[in-house]
Amino acid sequence: MRIALLSDIHSNLEALRACLAHARERGVERHAFLGDFVGYGADPVAVVEIVAEHAARGDLAVKGNHDEAIGGSTAYLNDTAAEAIDWSRGVLGADHRRFLAALPLALTEGDAYFVHASAAAPERWDYVDSPIAALKSVAAADTVYTFSGHVHDQVLYHGTPAGRMTAFRPQAGVAIPVSLQHRWLALVGSVGQPRDGNPAAAYAIADLDAARVTFHRVPYDNLAAARKVRAAGLPAALAYRLERGI
Amino acid sequence: MIEIESGVEIDGYVVGDRVHSGAMGSVFRVRGPHEGVELAMKVPRMGAADSNELLLAFETEAMILPLLATSHAPRFFAAGKVTTAPYIVTEWVPGKSLDSRLGSPLPPDEVAAVGAAIADALHAVHAQGVIHFDVKPHNVVMRPDGVAVLVDFGLAHHRSLPDLLAQELRYAAGSAPYISPEQVLRNRSDPRSDLFCLGVVLYELATGHLPFGTPATLQGYRDRLWLDPRPPSRGSAVPPWLQEVILRCLEPDPDQRYQSAAHVAFDLRHPEQVPLTARATKADQATLLRQVGRWWRARGLQGPRVAPQALGAAPVIMLAVDTSHPEDPRHPALRRVARQILSLSSEFRLLCVSVIRADIVRNSAEDPVVEHRVRLANWVHSLALPASRLSLHVVEARDPAATLVEFARRNNVDLIVLGAPAPGEMALAWWRSVASTVTANAPCSVHVVRVAEGRR
Repeated sequence: MRIALLSDIHSNLEALRACLAHARERGVERHAFLGDFVGYGADPVAVVEIVAEHAARGDLAVKGNHDEAIGGSTAYLNDTAAEAIDWSRGVLGADHRRFLAALPLALTEGDAYFVHASAAAPERWDYVDSPIAALKSVAAADTVYTFSGHVHDQVLYHGTPAGRMTAFRPQAGVAIPVSLQHRWLALVGSVGQPRDGNPAAAYAIADLDAARVTFHRVPYDNLAAARKVRAAGLPAALAYRLERGI
Repeated sequence: MIEIESGVEIDGYVVGDRVHSGAMGSVFRVRGPHEGVELAMKVPRMGAADSNELLLAFETEAMILPLLATSHAPRFFAAGKVTTAPYIVTEWVPGKSLDSRLGSPLPPDEVAAVGAAIADALHAVHAQGVIHFDVKPHNVVMRPDGVAVLVDFGLAHHRSLPDLLAQELRYAAGSAPYISPEQVLRNRSDPRSDLFCLGVVLYELATGHLPFGTPATLQGYRDRLWLDPRPPSRGSAVPPWLQEVILRCLEPDPDQRYQSAAHVAFDLRHPEQVPLTARATKADQATLLRQVGRWWRARGLQGPRVAPQALGAAPVIMLAVDTSHPEDPRHPALRRVARQILSLSSEFRLLCVSVIRADIVRNSAEDPVVEHRVRLANWVHSLALPASRLSLHVVEARDPAATLVEFARRNNVDLIVLGAPAPGEMALAWWRSVASTVTANAPCSVHVVRVAEGRR
C-alpha cells in the first residue's frame, strides 16, 4: 500500500491541495500527516479541516510544535512564528483547536513510526539534523522506518540497527529501495514552507510492501499563497519565503 | 533462509548446474519464465565471517542492476529477498571473462580493442550515474561480438541511491592490484576512479605484469597515492601512444587523468590522434628524488580530496564540416556556434568530421582524403584549439547522414553540430537533407546551425 507522508503544511492550502492531487495520481491510498498543520500561512482553517477529514477516515495525523502552540505557549517560537500563531488563534474555531489539542505526539503502525520531530523525546521538538540525532530517534522508535518532518529539508538517513546512520540527499522522483535489513529515517520535507531555495512543495510516498520510498517536489501556485499571506496582514517575511522557497 | 542448490525451485526459477563457486558466492544456470533468454542466478555465500559485507554487496547489486539499461551490464530479471533467499537472476552473458586473456602480453592493437570496449562499457554506466568500483579482468566479460560487459556491481555506487556500503566497507574495498587512489582514500563519488582501474587492466594486458603488484598491507595500498609505476614500454613492446594512454589513466591525481571514459575509448580507437606528452616516451620511473617528492605530497592525504566531477562535464562534441563546399555561407555560422559551445567546457574533445562522396570522379592525382584533411585543418585553425582537444577525420562514404550517425555512435559522441539544409536543398523533401536524417537517427543531441534569414 502506498502512503503519502505530508509534513509541515503550515496553513498553505495551495501547496497541500497540489500534493494531495499529485499523490492521488500516483495511486496513494493512505496519508500520514506529520504535524505542523498551522502557523506561517494564511489558511489554517481549511488546512485543519482537510487533515481532520482524512483523520476521521482512518488516515494518520500527529501533532507538531506549531499545532501545540495554538493551545499553549508561543515562548518557544521566534517572533514571526509567534505572530502567525497569534493570528491563527483568532481564526480557528473551537472544534479546530480541540482537534489540534487531541493529536497524538507519535504513532506506530507495523514497521513504521510516525512523529513530527525526534522519536527520542517527541515533546521536546528536537531537530533531527545530524546522524547522531537520527540514530537517537531511530533507536527510540525501534522500528525499521521512522517518518518525520520538523526539519524542512528532505533527507534520508540510513544505517544498521546497531551502528551509525548516514545522511543521504534524495533526488526527487527516484524510488529508493529501503530493505528491512536496515534502519531508515526519512525527513519528508515541508509541504507548505520549503526552505532549500526551491519553492516547490515537498513530500514523500512510501510503498512499504515493495520496500520503496520516493521523495517528491510539487510545483504549486506559491505566488497565490504568498499573496494571501500579505493580504491577511501576516509578516511580509513569510510571504517572501514562499515566493523564493527560502 | 532457503538453501539454494541445484534442483531447487524458487519463485518460478528452476536452479540448474553450479557453474562458479568463489569467495563471494556461487553462480548457477537457471531456467525461468523469460522466453528466449538464457539465465544465471547469483547467490551470495552465507554464514561466512564477512557475510555482512557480502549481503550489503548483494543488496547494492540488487538495487543498481535493475536501473541499468545497457548491453554493457547483465540484463536484470529478479532478486530474492535478502532475509529469506538472497539471489539475483540476470541474463547469462555469453563469452569469456577477460581473465582468459591474461598471462602473456597482448599485441598493442588487441590491447587497444579490448581497452576501448571496456571504456565504452564504463562510459555507458557512468552516463547512467553508476561508478563500478571493481574494474578488473575477472569482472569484464567479452560478448562474442566484442562488446564488453561489466559484471559484479556489488561495490558500485549509484548517484541517486543511498550508498549502503559507504560506512561499512573495510579500508579500501576492491581488488588489491586494481584499486584506485580514490578507493584507498574512501572517496565513493568520483567516476574517474574507474579509469585508474582501467589503466591497471591495460597495463596488465600490454605487459603481462601488474603496475603495483598485489599489496596486502595498508601501507601497500597507500603506495598507490604516489608510486610512479615502471613505464610499460620497459621490457614490453608498447608503442608511445599506448604508453601515453595507460600512464594517463594511472595518474594518481584524477585531474591529471582522462576526464571521461569516452575520451579513453576514442584515443584507443585512434592511435594516430593520441596527443603525446612526456608520458609517451618515458623510459624509466621517476628518479628517487622525485618519488620522494610524490610520496611527501601524498603522505597527508586523507578522505576525499577532490570535488566529485559532474558527469557530462567532459563532453565529446562532433562537428560535421562540409569541406566540399568551402564557400558555403554556413561555415562562419558553424564556426561561431562551435566557439560558443566549446566555451562552456574546458574538458571537451572535439571531433571534426568531413564526409566526402566515395563516388566523386577522381580527376586529379591528388588523394582526396589528404586534400580534404588539409581543408578541415584550415577550417578549424581559427578556433585555436590545443591539439590534445581536437581530432580530424575525413571519411569517404556514399551516405553522409548514415556515416555521421555511425561515427557518433562509435565514438560516444554527446553532441553533434552540423549545418541546416542549404537553400538549394530546401527544394528537396525535407527528410532527405543530411541534417534532418542525422537529427532523426542520432544517438545524442543534435545542434542544427542555420544562417539566419537576411544574413546570408
